[in-house]
Amino acid sequence: MKKNFKGWLYLLPAIIFLSIFMIYPLIDVLIYSFEEGYNFASQTHKGVGLYNYSYVLHDTYFLQALKNTFILVIITVPLSTGTALLIAMALSSIKKLRELFQTVFFLPYVTNTLAVGLVFMILFKKTAYSDGMINLLINFFGGESVDFIDGPYWAKMLVLCIYTVWIVMPFKILILTGALASVKDDYYKAAKIDSTPRWRVFTRITLPMISPMIFYLVITGFIGAFKAYSDAVALFGTDLNAAQMNTIVGYIYDMLYGNSGGYPSYASAAALILFCIVLTITCINLMVSKKSVVKGV
Amino acid sequence: MGSRKTSTIILNILKYLFLSIWGLIVLFPFYWMILSSIKSYSAYNSEYVPKFIAENPTLENYRSAFTSVNLGGYFFNTIIFAVVTTLIMLIVITLAAFAFARLEFKGKNIVFTIFLSLMMIPNELIIITNFVTITNMGLRNTFTGLVLPSITSIFYIYLLKENFEQIPDNLYKAAKVDGTSDFKYLIRVMIPICKPTMITITILKVIECWNSFVWPRLITDNPDYYLVSNGIQEIRENGFGRENIPAMMAAVVVISVPLIILFLVFRKQIMTGVQKSGTKG
Amino acid sequence: MKVVLEKLTKRFPNRNKKIKTEVVAVDNFTFEIPDGTLVGLLGPSGCGKSTTLNLISGLEKPTEGKVYFGDTDVSDMAPEDRGVGLVFQNYALYPHLTVKQNIMFPLQNFKGDKKLTKEVMNDKVLEAAKLVQIDMLMDRKPNELSGGQQQRVAIARALVKQPKVLLLDEPLSNLDARLRLQTREEIRRIQRETKVTTIFVTHDQEEAMSISDIIVVMKDGVVHQIGKPQNVYDDPTNLFVAKFLGTPPINVFKGKVKNHMIFIGNSAVLEAKDIKDQDVYVGIRPEGFIPDDNGSLELKLKGLEVMGRDTTIVSTHEACENVEIRSIVSAETKIIPEMEMVRFNVKPMKTFLFDIESGERIYFGRQEKIV
Repeated sequence: MKKNFKGWLYLLPAIIFLSIFMIYPLIDVLIYSFEEGYNFASQTHKGVGLYNYSYVLHDTYFLQALKNTFILVIITVPLSTGTALLIAMALSSIKKLRELFQTVFFLPYVTNTLAVGLVFMILFKKTAYSDGMINLLINFFGGESVDFIDGPYWAKMLVLCIYTVWIVMPFKILILTGALASVKDDYYKAAKIDSTPRWRVFTRITLPMISPMIFYLVITGFIGAFKAYSDAVALFGTDLNAAQMNTIVGYIYDMLYGNSGGYPSYASAAALILFCIVLTITCINLMVSKKSVVKGV
Repeated sequence: MGSRKTSTIILNILKYLFLSIWGLIVLFPFYWMILSSIKSYSAYNSEYVPKFIAENPTLENYRSAFTSVNLGGYFFNTIIFAVVTTLIMLIVITLAAFAFARLEFKGKNIVFTIFLSLMMIPNELIIITNFVTITNMGLRNTFTGLVLPSITSIFYIYLLKENFEQIPDNLYKAAKVDGTSDFKYLIRVMIPICKPTMITITILKVIECWNSFVWPRLITDNPDYYLVSNGIQEIRENGFGRENIPAMMAAVVVISVPLIILFLVFRKQIMTGVQKSGTKG
Repeated sequence: MKVVLEKLTKRFPNRNKKIKTEVVAVDNFTFEIPDGTLVGLLGPSGCGKSTTLNLISGLEKPTEGKVYFGDTDVSDMAPEDRGVGLVFQNYALYPHLTVKQNIMFPLQNFKGDKKLTKEVMNDKVLEAAKLVQIDMLMDRKPNELSGGQQQRVAIARALVKQPKVLLLDEPLSNLDARLRLQTREEIRRIQRETKVTTIFVTHDQEEAMSISDIIVVMKDGVVHQIGKPQNVYDDPTNLFVAKFLGTPPINVFKGKVKNHMIFIGNSAVLEAKDIKDQDVYVGIRPEGFIPDDNGSLELKLKGLEVMGRDTTIVSTHEACENVEIRSIVSAETKIIPEMEMVRFNVKPMKTFLFDIESGERIYFGRQEKIV
């Protein structure tokens, strides 16, 4: 009896905090999302139903956010994973300067997303004083200046993608370099003795061996990109709706708080929609990976 | 044989070229923020084609970063937030991990399974209610409100528990026979042995705190309680006048430097820690 | 301090939760360990010897039965109140503490009026360290020590609080062969010097035989035999004990008793008066063979292993349960490897009969129960 009590005593702080700030919210968010016409000030609601979901799904801002998020995901996940794989492979095959490169490449991970986002903004921004570094580069190659921050939609999306890739690369490079290092040297030695050509070593040995890690990165990449928010804020400011650059998470926060805020019901519905999308995509990913990933290496 | 050798050399050159280009892409924003931060306001704005070196470097921007906006205050807030959150979290997760790893009690496995399944829940789903809870508790614009929701991390409990379990059982038995209480065993034996993991967790949590933006943005609208992330957003939208880029960059440098120093000092722990934990997908 | 085990029994629930029957780790163990003796608990892995040790230390509670230290019933006492010292196979030293801090650790747990001053602690630590001869390594960390040194530190840590009973759980198993011999002597010396009642668990019969005053042979939770090493060796109570003790192991044949003679195959090897006709196991110790050209037992020669001092004859016989028969004879014996068959007579006191069903010993001729 005393033994049982002791175990629970040690767990108590964690359980209290988790109950209040994780388990209760989980139930609560479900309830919110079905409560129609919730009034934040009086904390009352008119009815129960699917209206919140319907509202969110018909909201042009949400549809814009949905579209933005999907574009972001589809562009950045393959791009960053592929580039990271190339970099990791190059890193694993060199000896000199390897540590230095690894350290430098990891830097974006330890920077404040908001702060460095400002730097990207001024690099891409066209102002009255200057067209900005990137535009000068474009001019140098004979192109026309574009305002990437307040200009056309595709330009803004491009900057957002570039910044997102820049931010997520360190993690991917690190994981893939680790995965490559874990492939036993014996396989390569055996391949060398059989004078296997390089591309064949890559497609037949390296790639299958690290495929679990690649899939892991794709899955976490999808999840991460679906939750994009702070990088968009860093580039375009907090009024993302006006900039047409909102993301789903941004939409949720805007509904909750800020100039258009005060609607936890809509926010909850949007959050649950996001959760379902992420869950579906993760499941599809897992199904695909089960078929194609080499197990037991 | 000769052609193979040449192709190897060419391949090597390409590798280094490729890595250097990426290195440049990574470093350039850092270079640019430092460069811009030491240009004077007038110099910066008069350069239609930005120069790659500052001809008359000045520290004036750093002064105004601390004087015309409350950067020092944001800085201080963030340090308090990071230290308090990390300390309380360490206590909470250590106790929980110890219970899971070392103590036997009824319901342990069920609770642990629940904990593990909670790990899948995204922050976005629970932040809504937390916002309402904290608001209703009247804790907006307080440190308590900032800190409370982020002082448990199931993932770190899990990480620490795994680490605790690697300590051989016999050590515990030896300590028991010598009359060591469970709590004393935790403090005198388990924590010192698992120090590397605890350090890694501490650093990762500090980084997380330093960069946290969403929760503080929701819960504070009084600049007295802004953290650096919110501060930088505030600076961007209202500080210095929108166009004083050099001063803004000085603020960015000030905010970025502590983390970069932390990283350079604890490079190994941070990189292996991130590799293990796999957060920030 | 004498240690008394009274009808000690420990049952565990089966690890496979679907099986409701309990596992009996220790079954009805009764034994009085005289003060100051070194007892070796011997048996194959999983025989319950470590559980017995844990029951004595208090790390586990008995299902039934009692443990007494002297005249005090300690069955319900927590481990820390019993005053035992415990040494493990893998040393279990605290890796982050120095040798000195490790040895001091138990002393720092004393509370109330038992609390010691720094000077007393230092003295006691030094004394214990000197006893195991590691006083020059006090500031090292465990990972800077060899296995043997680590084990000495572990012993010092167990001894520093002057325990009533010292418990050693496979203390030599992680050491290499040379260190094992050396440390074994060391343990014997320390035990003699401190005169602390010591219980020593091992699966290595040679180890147990060489240093114990008394050995306890266990299997499947049941005590099979208790006695002085030599007596147990000379007079095993059953086939298991006979097989477990001795290197090379005893040679076991399927035989029978017919007309008061013991038969192995068709050879009548010994006379067995008063034993009724039955099938039996015949166990013959390696030293129980006398080469004799007219001997009654004929074995097929496989090879010779010359050791210098003596010679091992390796042979086979169709009735033998072992893969090969090993007999140790003096080096002067004239046997050449080219011979196909060798003949032996067997020594009656080195030959044991066992019941074919139960494995229990059947005494014959002039054999008497010693233990």
